[in-house]
Amino acid sequence: MIWVDTIVQGILLGGLYALFAAGLSLVFGIMRLVNLAHGDLIIFAAFAILLITSTFGLNPFVAALIAAPVMFVLGWALQRFVLNRVLGKDILPPLLVTFGLSVALQNGMLEAFSADSQRIPAGPLESASVDLGIVTVGWMPLLTFATAIAVIIGLNQIFYRTALGRAFRATSDDPVTASLMGIAPKGIFAIATGLAMVVVTIAALYLGMRANFDPSIGPARLIYAFEAVIIGGLGSLWGTLAGGIIIGVAQTLGAAINPEWQILAGHIAFLVVLLVRPRGLFPRAVD
Amino acid sequence: MAYRVVTRTRTGSIAGVAAIVLIIVGFVLPAVAPRDMIQDLFTILTLLTLAQLWNLLAGYGGLVSVGQQAFVGIGAYAMFAGVILWGMDPVLAIPLGGLAALVLAVPTAFFAFRLQGAYFAIGTWVIAEVTRLLVAQWKALGGGTGTSLPREATSDIIGVEAIRSLFGVREAAARDILAYWLALTLAALTIAAIYWLLRNRLGLALAAVRDNTEAAKSVGVDARRIKWAVFLIAAFVTGLTGALIYVQTARISPDAAFSVTDWTAYVIFIVVIGGIGRLEGPILGVIVFYVLQSTLADYGAWYLLTLGLIAIAVMLFAPRGLWGLMSERTGLHLFPVQRRLLAIDPMSGQQPPKRGGPDDQ
Amino acid sequence: MILETKALTAAYGQFRALFGVDVALAAGETVAIIGANGAGKSTLLRSITGVIRNEAGMVLHRGEAIGALPAEVVMQRGIAMVPEGRKLFPSLSVEENLLIGGQVRRAAGPWNLASVYELFPILRERRLVPGTALSGGQQQMVAIGRALMSNPEVLLCDEISLGLAPVVIRDIYAAMPRIKASGAAIIVVEQDIGRALSVADRVYCMMEGRVTLAAPAATVSREAIHAAYFGEAA
Repeated sequence: MIWVDTIVQGILLGGLYALFAAGLSLVFGIMRLVNLAHGDLIIFAAFAILLITSTFGLNPFVAALIAAPVMFVLGWALQRFVLNRVLGKDILPPLLVTFGLSVALQNGMLEAFSADSQRIPAGPLESASVDLGIVTVGWMPLLTFATAIAVIIGLNQIFYRTALGRAFRATSDDPVTASLMGIAPKGIFAIATGLAMVVVTIAALYLGMRANFDPSIGPARLIYAFEAVIIGGLGSLWGTLAGGIIIGVAQTLGAAINPEWQILAGHIAFLVVLLVRPRGLFPRAVD
Repeated sequence: MAYRVVTRTRTGSIAGVAAIVLIIVGFVLPAVAPRDMIQDLFTILTLLTLAQLWNLLAGYGGLVSVGQQAFVGIGAYAMFAGVILWGMDPVLAIPLGGLAALVLAVPTAFFAFRLQGAYFAIGTWVIAEVTRLLVAQWKALGGGTGTSLPREATSDIIGVEAIRSLFGVREAAARDILAYWLALTLAALTIAAIYWLLRNRLGLALAAVRDNTEAAKSVGVDARRIKWAVFLIAAFVTGLTGALIYVQTARISPDAAFSVTDWTAYVIFIVVIGGIGRLEGPILGVIVFYVLQSTLADYGAWYLLTLGLIAIAVMLFAPRGLWGLMSERTGLHLFPVQRRLLAIDPMSGQQPPKRGGPDDQ
Repeated sequence: MILETKALTAAYGQFRALFGVDVALAAGETVAIIGANGAGKSTLLRSITGVIRNEAGMVLHRGEAIGALPAEVVMQRGIAMVPEGRKLFPSLSVEENLLIGGQVRRAAGPWNLASVYELFPILRERRLVPGTALSGGQQQMVAIGRALMSNPEVLLCDEISLGLAPVVIRDIYAAMPRIKASGAAIIVVEQDIGRALSVADRVYCMMEGRVTLAAPAATVSREAIHAAYFGEAA
């Protein structure tokens, strides 16, 4: 029985990792850019939500609603004024710029918010749980998982049902031909990064409500996100969810055996998948 | 008109002589320099070595690794294991660090080379994390909290006694001098070895792989083998450097030995600011880095924040780094590795006048 | 003139591909540009569309300099391109490939999904499959339809018969009169001289990055074309 409980907790934790990963996957899918500051941007968004809740005494969900458009604009500007200038055939410049951004963000947050652990207060939701018969699960993990599914459905709707999504896919296929359709690839990239930052805000909301965070934990979130993306197979958002679940289950199982093994177990699951399925579980046919 | 391929330039030859003089001065420096200067130079030299190795990986090999701390850490821990578990002399245990890093580099390359382009970077980072977590389980070496080199091991390190009597210093200072000499040797040998590699077959092969993997394949350059070779060489020397750093520090913990900030972020910034893909870059970069560190060290996080922003600015506005800016203006190459065609007069076998590169005059 | 190039030069790195090219296109007119492989025809179209940037004064649209504008802005001014090699988007279905052609700019005009499907009925049957799953000829129809969806003022067709079977080329060229009749000014770049002349009002011949002949299509002699095409004295 304890194992069922562990696995269910792991699956639900996977929802959080899928939220971390969705933004990374989105940006990589459209412009082949790996943003090494992705984890730090999640932490940044968590601080933004915390700041809004504490300053205005708002509910964290309302605070996230306010933070999301701000993050969109920041992401848009980051892409428009910085990353677009270094995108090209050589992968080195964008990697190094986002790595510099990662270090700068971490230390900027350290100055602004100190190294103390913080948490976004979520009121009674923090401890509320529901009995599902075999297992009892917290409302918060359940809500995280449901949100991850909603975000993936939402992103897929944007991708496959809207003109913007059509432009995303066309630009991802061939930016030069897309420009012959009147689409400005760099404008599309900026919108995509803005959208990724909205997803980052949602991830930050749940990260901050579920556990303590401080300015230094961003890189580890980047790594979980990255592992989920690679396990799932590049370009598949449902695969990313599956990847998140695998990491989550591996971590809770590892922790059940020995609490020190939690993180290690997640990484090892990733390496095993990389060993047996180098292209991930659900690789995209094209590309 | 016949042609001859040359890489030598006059500035290059002058720089070579200057380098030898500099190394000799470096070796006699402890006779006059105070201890804290020797310690600073030790830090600079080890960072320079790490930076040259990362530059070889990323700048020449196109392998952007964010996981070099894995090799620093495993090298340091292997040295500690040699001392604590097998009673070796710390200095003699340094080669263990290189070997351990080499052994770790094989599975690392095996996994990370499965990841395309940018994902390679995070892949190396994951492996560094895995190594850190595994080492933290090594209870004999202090587990997660770490341990120190035992007093009896540090007190009779080979050569320390001789240095004590030579310079008339205390034991701790003599240890610093020994570590400094080793760091100087390692840095000089690393730079010389990379320079030699780049001027020979590997340099041509790397250039071919970087410019066009497919075309390189068609002329018989095996990109995979080249990348493996570069990765293993860099890992081995990074492991040696890690072991040496912790001989001097004498205290280790997984978080410090596998620190992404200390062993990879600083190193990347040094290379980027100095100029990536050039041997001169890391040298200039480490000087700039040290000056910045001395001026901004009291400002804590502001220092790293500034460093990150400078790196971004350099990538945006001067992607070839400070050295790139300087050599664009002056045409200066201290370490000429570019091959140039010189026309040779077939009669005399001499090159006709005024056909050399811009830095020949 | 709706579109003009003036002393247009272009280069790929060190390699110069165009040496002072002057061509002009009047409203409603169809111009053919012929020439052998490497004559600079496709480079000319890429320069006009802004895929290759030029100096501002070298390309004029309705008298305004557009040479330095990025490709998407040139397209939004009403200059649509059928690129060499079709270049359909593999992630988009046939219908999505068509829709994206008129997504950013959609002027008033005869062309929409229904009229493109009417022009190429086979596309309606295959509208939901990925664009790249079609045969070469059908892909070419999608590429033409995609360019028409914005109701362009100027339509640039780059080597639309390249690599297609003669019977397929005939089907595609059969659509040209209706496209012409819808009002767009057209530049057709071709290696197939006969096809090009059959639809064109005027013809330019290019060789080694220069225009070697400019003449009305109806009266130009075979010998003149031959000389301009191969560079032999007439």
